[in-house]
Amino acid sequence: MYATTYHRPSSVEEAARLLSGEAKILAGGQTLLPAMKLHLAGPSDLVDIRRIGALKGIKADRSAVTIGAATTHFEVASSPDIRKAIPALATLAGWIGDPAVRHVGTIGGSIANNDPAADYPAGLLGLGATVVTNQREIAADDFFTGLFSTALEDGEIITAVRFPVPKRAGYEKLRHPASRFALVGVMVAETAGGVRVAVTGSGSDGVFRATELEAALAKSFTASALAGITIATDRLMSDIHGDAAYRANAIRVIAQRAVGSAK
Amino acid sequence: MAEVKLTVNGKRVTRHVPDETLLVEFLREELRLTGTHVGCDTSQCGACTVHVDGMAVKSCTMLAASASGSEVTTIEGLANGGLHPMQKAFNDNHGLQCGFCTPGMIMTAVDMVRRYKASGERLDEEAIRHELEGNICRCTGYHNIVKSIQQAAGEM
Amino acid sequence: MNDAVGIGARVKRKEDRRFIIGSGRYTDDIRHDNQAYAAFVRSPHAHAKVVGIDASAAEASEGVVAVLTGRQLVDDKIGNLICGWAITSRDGTPMKMGPWSALATDRVRYVGDAVVAVIADTPALARRAAEKVVVEYEELPAVVSATRALEPGAPQVHDLAPGNLIFDWVIGDEAATDAGLRQAAHVTEMRITNNRLSPNAMEPRSALAVYDPAEGHYTLYTTSQNPHVARLVLSAFYNVAPENKLRVVAPDVGGGFGSKIYIYPEEITCLWASMKTGRSVKWTADRSEAFMTDAHGRDHDTVARMGFDKDGRITGFRVDTVANLGAYMSLFSSCVPTYLYATLLSGQYDIGNIFCNVKAVYTNTVPVDAYRGAGRPEACYVIERMMETAAREMNMNPAELRRRNFITQFPHQTPVIMNYDTGGFGAGLDAALRAADVASFPARKAEAARRGKLRGIGYSCYIEACGIAPSAAVGSLGAGVGLWESAEVRVNPVGTIEVFTGSHSHGQGHETTFAQIIAGRFGLPMENISIIHGDTDRVQFGMGTYGSRSGAVGMSAIVKAMDKVEAKVKKIAAHALEAAEDDIVVEGGAVKVAGTDRQMLWHEVSLAAYTGHNLPAGMEPGLKEDSFYDPVNFTFPAGTYIAEVEVDPDTGVTEVVRFTAADDFGTLINPMIVEGQVHGGIAQGIGQALLENVVYSENGQLMTGSYMDYAMPRADHVPSYTIEHTTTPCPGNPLGIKGCGEAGAIGSPPAVINAITDAIGNNDLQMPATPPVVWAAIRAAARPAAAA
Repeated sequence: MYATTYHRPSSVEEAARLLSGEAKILAGGQTLLPAMKLHLAGPSDLVDIRRIGALKGIKADRSAVTIGAATTHFEVASSPDIRKAIPALATLAGWIGDPAVRHVGTIGGSIANNDPAADYPAGLLGLGATVVTNQREIAADDFFTGLFSTALEDGEIITAVRFPVPKRAGYEKLRHPASRFALVGVMVAETAGGVRVAVTGSGSDGVFRATELEAALAKSFTASALAGITIATDRLMSDIHGDAAYRANAIRVIAQRAVGSAK
Repeated sequence: MAEVKLTVNGKRVTRHVPDETLLVEFLREELRLTGTHVGCDTSQCGACTVHVDGMAVKSCTMLAASASGSEVTTIEGLANGGLHPMQKAFNDNHGLQCGFCTPGMIMTAVDMVRRYKASGERLDEEAIRHELEGNICRCTGYHNIVKSIQQAAGEM
Repeated sequence: MNDAVGIGARVKRKEDRRFIIGSGRYTDDIRHDNQAYAAFVRSPHAHAKVVGIDASAAEASEGVVAVLTGRQLVDDKIGNLICGWAITSRDGTPMKMGPWSALATDRVRYVGDAVVAVIADTPALARRAAEKVVVEYEELPAVVSATRALEPGAPQVHDLAPGNLIFDWVIGDEAATDAGLRQAAHVTEMRITNNRLSPNAMEPRSALAVYDPAEGHYTLYTTSQNPHVARLVLSAFYNVAPENKLRVVAPDVGGGFGSKIYIYPEEITCLWASMKTGRSVKWTADRSEAFMTDAHGRDHDTVARMGFDKDGRITGFRVDTVANLGAYMSLFSSCVPTYLYATLLSGQYDIGNIFCNVKAVYTNTVPVDAYRGAGRPEACYVIERMMETAAREMNMNPAELRRRNFITQFPHQTPVIMNYDTGGFGAGLDAALRAADVASFPARKAEAARRGKLRGIGYSCYIEACGIAPSAAVGSLGAGVGLWESAEVRVNPVGTIEVFTGSHSHGQGHETTFAQIIAGRFGLPMENISIIHGDTDRVQFGMGTYGSRSGAVGMSAIVKAMDKVEAKVKKIAAHALEAAEDDIVVEGGAVKVAGTDRQMLWHEVSLAAYTGHNLPAGMEPGLKEDSFYDPVNFTFPAGTYIAEVEVDPDTGVTEVVRFTAADDFGTLINPMIVEGQVHGGIAQGIGQALLENVVYSENGQLMTGSYMDYAMPRADHVPSYTIEHTTTPCPGNPLGIKGCGEAGAIGSPPAVINAITDAIGNNDLQMPATPPVVWAAIRAAARPAAAA
């Protein structure tokens, strides 16, 4: 790795002050550190926010679940509150990486990175979540802006993610056999604002909402409602692990299964 | 240079190392605890798995500085001279061949059994195979690793 | 005899303790004072001229000890890497071996080809400095597919190999085979690819070179399956140091699977750099470097035709294969697609006419060499896919078609060199059919269908050849070395035994199984026996471990040395006990006069041997014997594997739900360890069939350079396995052993693919059968039906 300087601020404000130039936030490091090892990243400073108390913890009430940015995937997956309020979200978190990664990786780190095959972006977009930062609130629809890019400004730090509790939601995933990321991951949700379907792992521009599936499910929230639908391939990626035609079919199939498992 | 203070296998250690030092480098090169191995550079293989504050983590994907203040248990400290039931089970069931992935496998397996016991969920063969997704073994075909964990789960 | 630990006992492994407590000692665990670290500057291009190297910034970088180039290496007369098995083309010309310098001088031929070595105080400093080396390249067009490399106008990888053809080799009677095919009532023809694999031993390669200027002596700690061969080649061909000034130590080695047989540029460079710098020099690959530089396996493109008479008996078998050997000829690369491949094309079947043509080809990819099975998986895959497909085409039961063609009389001379000494193929098939409960398969298929899954069953009846030998025979086929094995059995004065073996254990459990044959035979406790391997200073000679040879050849050498020890023990005891030598027996840890109560304990005899107070006239003191064992023939493990899969028709996701193996390995020393070998081999075979594939882009960039893209089998990709054994002891060696290390990887890929093609009703399927591949095959199979 390249040389770097490590910081462990005790507050969000202190962390924000440290974020200048080539500094990067170390949220869980499960993506950043491998990139640094491969010399694909070389931040001058690492600002470790994992232990800032204000960024940790899960709060749930009847209408919403709020998850601190430094909350680990394991904590989300095993939270009784989340399992009760939004079981699909707990399921999603439990399928990220592997147990050791889930013990360290955080929701804030995952969404800030916005890997096009990561699970959480589909979770946020499909559930219509709101990203809370030290400066403002950003709707998930506005947050994910393309491959590895988000609406975050320089120096902006995610502090929490707020998920409205849906009527029901389901997450299913076709795993990439090597990386364990999603080859196709689909979150379907029946929310107060309508049906939402978000797809990860397949979009050539990252996570996206599958409007053709949403329209069909708005008429009838059943797997069979999706049976005849063809997903357009023009926005899907083709790579050595699956071409756009394969992904297009799989998105429909996985969406049907997500509808089937929604609760 | 970062000051790293850890309790490793019950012993307090303090070292000054470059800030970018990974926990696995700290364990292997500073403390010469070479039982923790490095088998990949993308956090996939799990050969470097240790326990930090009681939870399995990949020590190749955590900075030593970031772990500072924590308690770390490595394969060398799992049983303090004797054999942990999981270590014995791997021997009983031929759960290892070349031995390279074995320390990470054992640390993952101990963490897995502890978590399932704590949550009361059933750790059947399917669950064990799923829980092993972050540890790669090229020798055993996993058959005897699964058997080893089944045995130890009954004894832990 | 000591049955509790002797031949056939499931003795727990002695070596486990150090591994399970974290005390294994692998190469990267070793650290010397004054140690520096090497980092390699590697070609980012698949094919380019090296125009210039500017090392000035790297030399000025923090902690840098030296920056070393290929030009300096050549000036110091370090030799090119070589291939040690000469193959002759059908026109009588020798194979075309292109020059391969440990550090490239003027041209690079694959992404990862080493160009410059940077030696620095820490790995991080070496790596950072390596990035500051400026290499000026002039890019050349690249070719990655072997078939494409043979086409006119393809980029030329080596000037001395026009058309990229290394050799054009044949075996068998072409005219008779073609005639057999013409007379056939049915001919099955298939195009079959055998996907390129990366071995992926979990321990990455590592080397630590230590130079002692006072003695002019080198020590190399390295991840090797065969340290003596490494020393021989480093000394005889690479001119690093004469053998008496070079010690090679292969300590605990974390898996090999073939990839650690060869001597790579990095070890040579570390040795040379240790002399140049006066520092101990270590290099340990990270996984990315392993993918880029460890010899790959397989990569065949084959067209096969098999003819059958109206009763389903094979009338002829023709195989035309293009084998991709990568950018350079690795140490044993040439024998893999020839003598380890085409000589096994008779399978378990009585085939009168076989012909095979192999064209070996250079491409701008990592060199290809032996990977678990080495040639034999490729042969088995071709034969067993042909048999299964032919049975379906002829509407025959695939097991019955095989049975009808089985060889039943032994010895059996095939038309492709091999002389099978013994076997029981029908018994193996029966055992597998029983254990797999094939009779109830239709019920399982129906139940799966109710869950929306396509369930299929596939067979594979494999044969392989192990213990490559005898030396004179392999020499006549082009091998540059003899393939014997050596052992020394040293009985200490107190009766404990140290066995020095030229075999090398990197997971196979030799410290247990080798000790078992001694403990069992002499009735001694296991803890009194130590197995020593992996150090050229301690073990006199050895050829190492690969090709499932450690049992059939390595253990046989130990037995021969034990025979000599026992003969001497009997002489000493007969003399001391005043009995006839013929009346002496060794059992239960004692040396007895048969039929009497007169005896000496084992340690009393060994002590007598070393005191020399009362030995037969003329006998030398001491109790230490050695042996060089050269086998009389290959051994032929064989068996039947049956896979059952379930395919999700909507996604193409395939799950291997049952896997049954019935193997005939001859005598089993330790069934627990044998089964472990089979488990691991099957997982690698399932990996090849479903998951693993090395992919290069058109311009030679490695697309599968990490575990993010190269899918290794994980615990949830494979089932628990059912393992059965049948036994026909090998008549060619003293223990009746055939070898078990590779069978799993050889027999399993066709079983899995045959099961998938059965499930989806489409025989046209290539490995790896990933979900998109299977999904596409299902759709292709559905198309004609939809049209009709």
